[in-house]
Amino acid sequence: MSYNVNEKGYYGEFGGAFIPEMLYPNVEELRQNYLKITAEPEFQAEFEELLKEYVGRPTPLYFAKRLSEEYNTKIYLKREDLCHTGAHKINNTIGQILLAKRLGKTRIIAETGAGQHGVATATVCALMGLECIVYMGEVDIKRQAPNVARMKMLGAEVRPAMSGSKTLKDATNEAIRDWINNPVDTYYIIGSVVGPHPYPDMVARFQSVISKEIKEQLLEKEGRENPDYVIACVGGGSNAAGTYYHFLDDKDVHIIAVEAAGLGVDSGESAATSALGKVGVIHGSKTLLMQSLDGQITEPYSISAGLDYPGVGPMHANLFKTGRAQFISITDEQAMEWGIKLSQKEGLIPAIESAHAFAVLDEMKFKPDDVVVINLSGRGDKDLNTYIDYFKL
Amino acid sequence: MNRINKKLQESKKILSIYFSAGYPNLNDTVQIIQDLEKNGVDMIEIGLPFSDPLADGPTIQESSTQALHNGMNSQVLFNQLKDIRKTVSIPLIIMGYFNPMLQYGIENFCKKCSEIGIDGLIIPDLPVDVFADEYKTTFEKYGLKNIFLITPQTSVERIHFIDGVSDGFIYMVSSASVTGSQTGFGSVQEEYFKRIADMNLKNPQVIGFGISDKQTFTQATQFAKGAIIGSAFIKDLTTNGIGRIDAFVKALK
Repeated sequence: MSYNVNEKGYYGEFGGAFIPEMLYPNVEELRQNYLKITAEPEFQAEFEELLKEYVGRPTPLYFAKRLSEEYNTKIYLKREDLCHTGAHKINNTIGQILLAKRLGKTRIIAETGAGQHGVATATVCALMGLECIVYMGEVDIKRQAPNVARMKMLGAEVRPAMSGSKTLKDATNEAIRDWINNPVDTYYIIGSVVGPHPYPDMVARFQSVISKEIKEQLLEKEGRENPDYVIACVGGGSNAAGTYYHFLDDKDVHIIAVEAAGLGVDSGESAATSALGKVGVIHGSKTLLMQSLDGQITEPYSISAGLDYPGVGPMHANLFKTGRAQFISITDEQAMEWGIKLSQKEGLIPAIESAHAFAVLDEMKFKPDDVVVINLSGRGDKDLNTYIDYFKL
Repeated sequence: MNRINKKLQESKKILSIYFSAGYPNLNDTVQIIQDLEKNGVDMIEIGLPFSDPLADGPTIQESSTQALHNGMNSQVLFNQLKDIRKTVSIPLIIMGYFNPMLQYGIENFCKKCSEIGIDGLIIPDLPVDVFADEYKTTFEKYGLKNIFLITPQTSVERIHFIDGVSDGFIYMVSSASVTGSQTGFGSVQEEYFKRIADMNLKNPQVIGFGISDKQTFTQATQFAKGAIIGSAFIKDLTTNGIGRIDAFVKALK
């Protein structure tokens, strides 16, 4: 059994393209071309060059000595926090903007929650000289003022999503509506492994550079390509998809997915989709989804704006359903404490999303010779205000 | 014969109206349907509200949100409609997004529609190929028509495929847009209407999105069997409540 996507766009029972007919030509154009274009040597050369010279890859695989001593195991951190713009998100936007250019598109749209994907999209649009419109929930615009300012500095137009709960899912709805209204010249850069096929697979492929590098770096450092554990936080799941990608079919690697429990899985204020979700359709994909009994999509909660998506990528839904990955949920409080702990133990201020992944160290027991790789998916600069408010710094 | 097929065989042009069930008030649904029929509307699309209606513009989104807030859901709608066939004889179609139907259970949903006397469904985010593979036999078992959309961007090949899978009518989206965002039709739309009319499809076409008044209705039905008005009717309900449905329909004729 493969844990990768099949030719129809499904991961097990999850995935597909549940889209209105208005989007069919756009999505079909992408489906027919994404593998062909991304396999072209010229595309790969340009992609790799930009990842190296512009994003700053390969990112280090850092042996966290003090953490390893405390937990009596071998802990490596994949330093996606060192990517340009502060997180892994740009791996994907570089890939998609190169694809958009080759498809002859001149107008780029994107959705964003906390603003990280919006900034990563605005950045590559500036780099390529393309028009950029980012949809962002009105509530998030108020909560994430520095990222809104960054996008504006980069020349993007930030359009508020005023419908529904005015957060990420609504920003995604507005971006999809924009694409329906502008089917010919516009390319939609989705920021996670969500949406209709081929997006989940395409985004996972662009992010898969993370696990490709982990393999190469571990071979050098440990004399073996595969760690015993890979650990990543999951909202929509793009950093996790990249971290797991080249280990999916290597059964000796334990895959740990960390969801945001918010105030607690059963508190009513949570984003732990695997625990609380049921099979449903959101943004064109059949997946696990937080919803009411009659099928209305509900609003998740997490202190981290990057993890409060009511669904999860179909790859992850399948990893959960099949038991290939172990899902653990971590509360706001645990994650915030790790924000401080990682700062003071290793001198690394993590994004709150990434801090969730570290809390697994307190939840599981590892052996002294286990090799544990945690993806430090982003740095905490964007979260300073949240940290300040929370800890009264 | 299914009421949709029968209605579309009549020689007249078909006026179809969409509204969100449970809007403006939860229990307005039946009254609106009865008044629309009484005033000469030929077919009705009853919108089952959804939290995230991707293909709809602000007017229908807001009416959906209000309807959900009022307490509308699949079961409430079925309860409201249980005796609808005692008073209403025109074709009734439920239009809604896939997820609420999936949660109700597709077989149960179809069974309930059939018991009530619903004639068909329009599910914008259920792709035609998934329908054909997984749900077509269930729909047929309960005598329900599933109506598919085409747009100006739909390829000729795909239009023929959709025509083949369809039985009832083809819902022609007038232009690349969400609902309620067009004002009037230009030569581009007319060319598209004519192009589709000239394809001589097996199924009649009914045009929707952008039909808001007598002029756009006449323009659309010059090329198609009928036309659907949604957002404009909902705006009228928002402004005038349900007491002025007669005036709204009369102004279209």
